[in-house]
Amino acid sequence: MRQPTRTGAALLVLGATLLLGACSSFSVPTVEPWVKPYERERLADPIMRFSRNALPEKHVEHVRDVREGSRGATGVQGGGCGCN
Amino acid sequence: MTPPSLVGRTLGLLAIALASLASPLATGAVATQASAPDFTLRTMNGPNLRLAEQRGRVVMVNFWATWCGPCRQEMPQLDRLYQKYKSSGFVLLGVNVDEDARKASDVAAKLGVTFPVLLDTDKAVSKLYDLSTMPSTVIIDRDGKVRYFHRGYLAGYEDNYDKQIRELLK
Amino acid sequence: MAATKAALTLWRRLAALLGSLLGGLLAIGGVRAADLPEDTAEGLLHVYNGGGVTAAGPAFLVRKSVADRFSLTGSYYMDAVSNASIDVVTTASKYKETRHEFALSGDYVYRDSQITLGGSTSHEPDYVANRISLDITQEVFGGMTSVALGFTRGDDKVGKKDSPEFSDTARHWQYRLGVSQILSPRWIMSVNAEALSDDGYLGSPYRAARVFGAAVPERNPRTRSARALMLRVNGDLGSRDAMHASYRYYTDTWEIKGHTLELGYSRYFQETWLADTYLRYYTQSGASFYSDNAQSETLYVSRNRQLSTFDNAAIGAKVSWLWRKQPGKYEVKLNGAYEFVHFKFKDFTDLRTGDKYAYSASILQLYVTGTF
Repeated sequence: MRQPTRTGAALLVLGATLLLGACSSFSVPTVEPWVKPYERERLADPIMRFSRNALPEKHVEHVRDVREGSRGATGVQGGGCGCN
Repeated sequence: MTPPSLVGRTLGLLAIALASLASPLATGAVATQASAPDFTLRTMNGPNLRLAEQRGRVVMVNFWATWCGPCRQEMPQLDRLYQKYKSSGFVLLGVNVDEDARKASDVAAKLGVTFPVLLDTDKAVSKLYDLSTMPSTVIIDRDGKVRYFHRGYLAGYEDNYDKQIRELLK
Repeated sequence: MAATKAALTLWRRLAALLGSLLGGLLAIGGVRAADLPEDTAEGLLHVYNGGGVTAAGPAFLVRKSVADRFSLTGSYYMDAVSNASIDVVTTASKYKETRHEFALSGDYVYRDSQITLGGSTSHEPDYVANRISLDITQEVFGGMTSVALGFTRGDDKVGKKDSPEFSDTARHWQYRLGVSQILSPRWIMSVNAEALSDDGYLGSPYRAARVFGAAVPERNPRTRSARALMLRVNGDLGSRDAMHASYRYYTDTWEIKGHTLELGYSRYFQETWLADTYLRYYTQSGASFYSDNAQSETLYVSRNRQLSTFDNAAIGAKVSWLWRKQPGKYEVKLNGAYEFVHFKFKDFTDLRTGDKYAYSASILQLYVTGTF
């Protein structure tokens, strides 16, 4: 019985935020994006990316997953194996 | 153990939200029907160019950067439009926002653009036009009024530009 | 167990709440075009050598955009493993095995959203693993924030070499939430959270545990629930260089707690060279049922050193050379990466010497990347 209530709550929040967004006259204090698109030159450089080359990163992540107990949250998509 | 279907439902909600994207355009300092803010910038080849001096012609101002993928995709399309309408009183100004002007010249040359490229290294004009997206393409009519403000670039936008320029050239 | 179940429920609620807030933000955000990933072709030769194990092989990846909004990625990965690790050497004999993995995924970009659907299959003589995943990324707040939701479902078939009567399965679920936030024109950070669930046969039919000095087949729980949280920061330092820092916390229902810390530095040299260097430190506290030599009979027991208390430290370097370039057309780079890592175990004994086990390993990668 708990799950439908949770989904209901989620839908309510979704609906409320959509409404707030639609009514621009509703004075919700908004924060303006402080880094303009034309100021993002340094951030667009590959050196600033969190992930540069999928293939080698996947390999290193695999090596670590096999030998360490920790897994996940790295942003690298993993596959499975019976590496034990 | 049964997988939590709530997270599945959340992802479903998200998909619906994405599909029903009806984002209102961000309102910048430059609204359509207002006078286009005047500016003077150095061109790639040296001499300064002033927007107000283009009064009487239809002007398209395209803000771009070498590090912006959609910008580089859009520029050859804009060059085609420039070649098509320049003899009918149309001028296209490419305003570059790179920190390094040499990179701008390099990329402009490699893309083979023939329209004037202006350098806005200190981002003053970008701020003046309150750009919220890269690239941004502004179409100004013969009286110096902003008529269309395109944010971003997707394949096919150039057909829209073509229609709008033709309409304003009449 | 109840406490961790409640914690996982909290994660689900959080994901649901964030999902709905995200939906709301979408309506407020402006129009922006997300970039389809560039067309790529990569070829990799990878080698791992350490602790008596050598695993090497090629890998390939090809990514091609189709019809402006779609992008397809196909990859193949091979591991030829020669295993003479301490477990193998002390309880069995050296063996060789080859693993093949195929993956296919598709990306669809619409305005500032990207949806990726992917699948992969991995084959070894005694293990088949299949995965399917869905990821949605959305740019909000003027492109300053990027929110990503992801889900992976896995199904494994476990076998045992020379024992056709042994057959079992394992199922996996992974839920991901990531937020990357631009802090300033030079700094960007990201927070990634993941909830992992495993069900079924989660051990190895070849591995033995030690109870009262005698070898017995290991007994692992048939469920495992985990949460991981990673914080990353990248900063541009002004002279064509950048620094990277990350920390990850991991905890699961087997009572393993892991901390990972990584610091890196990248720098461009001249027009064609890029060098990276990093330090990584990992420490973990062992599973509740892990024991080097159990002195009592427990429901679960394992001597899998991957679940023990240990730490490792690594230093690595990468070099990339821009070989051929045609601006706007293509770029081909030659790359090399090397990592040296040293493992030190606190509660796993090297049965050959009687001391606590420790070993060093090297990871070498040579790869060519082309973007078009």
